[in-house]
Amino acid sequence: MIASLSLILLCQLAGEIAVRAFAWPVPGPVLGMLLLLVLLLLRDRAVLFAQGPLQGGGVENAAKGLLAHLSLMFIPAGVGVVQKLDLLAEHGTAIVGVLAISVVITLLVTVVTFLIISRVMTRGRSVS
Amino acid sequence: MTANPFSLWVYLSQQPLLWLTVTLLVYATADALSLATGRHPFANPVFHSMWIIAVFLLLTGTSYTTYFSGAQFVHFLLGPATVALAVPLYENRKIVAAAIVPMLAALVVGCATAIVSVVLLAKAFGLPQNVVLSLAPKSVTAGVAMGISESLGADASLTAVAVVLTGIMGAIIVTPMMNRMGITDYRARGFAVGLASHGIGTARAFQVDAVAGVFAGIAMSLNALVTSLLVPLAVTLLVR
Repeated sequence: MIASLSLILLCQLAGEIAVRAFAWPVPGPVLGMLLLLVLLLLRDRAVLFAQGPLQGGGVENAAKGLLAHLSLMFIPAGVGVVQKLDLLAEHGTAIVGVLAISVVITLLVTVVTFLIISRVMTRGRSVS
Repeated sequence: MTANPFSLWVYLSQQPLLWLTVTLLVYATADALSLATGRHPFANPVFHSMWIIAVFLLLTGTSYTTYFSGAQFVHFLLGPATVALAVPLYENRKIVAAAIVPMLAALVVGCATAIVSVVLLAKAFGLPQNVVLSLAPKSVTAGVAMGISESLGADASLTAVAVVLTGIMGAIIVTPMMNRMGITDYRARGFAVGLASHGIGTARAFQVDAVAGVFAGIAMSLNALVTSLLVPLAVTLLVR
């Protein structure tokens, strides 16, 4: 468990260092995620990498444990609303309205794009 | 026992312990209630925890800084949780590889829609420029969005609130909306909610369907990448 968490933190740390060092416009944890993915894929190819938390489902279980409580982690940022009460009193309705309309449009456009491209591809495959 | 309960409160209310306990306890209760309603969209645990804790802070006159001294331990986990998304991605790599083209198309189109729609709507509603900039990265996960907001010189704490509100709204709306539209492809449903509503949408997707959860997680992480690149561009074209 501790070794698995350390591996996850190490990936994030490596991601943060790389992002700062090369001034990449990518968030450190996202790079850390790619690094962990590469490690998991390497493990299947080379015995050299199948060590410690990368064997016996160690890092997998730790990761699933974290992801099971993803909702919880947004609460501290959300409670930050108490600092913005005067701004919300002035513009609250407009902000909530803008966000609500935007999220509906985004959901709609994304799901329709996914389905159309997916359908075009299966049709192309069945024709050829 | 202390003679004066007030001095005990003064002591505890300045300690991280109390606020960490409050955060976990309120969330555990809200989550149990959500489970009891069969994961009803309106029983969203993030939404209910957020307002209950906010009201509690206002009633006790506690500053957000004091609250955050305890809650930061939970907030910190957002980073490791993003790294942890590599695991569902790895385990479902075959389904993901098979859907790579529709995913990338939906990613680029959806990400651009999320940014452009919020910027144009915010301007149309006459919101001040600083607010418009703070809302622009609202569809990505909190840590990333706050970073983007800072680099734009906008208000990162307003961005965090916009991110959480967007997440909650998407998580509430997605299931009834997709059911009404008759969409049964859980890859597409998950991808859309992960892209529009990041981690809160992803948590919702995992409640509904495992495949939807995986695609939501992928959309959320890819969107963090693309949004960091697109927001500065969109802001230059649309705002300045």
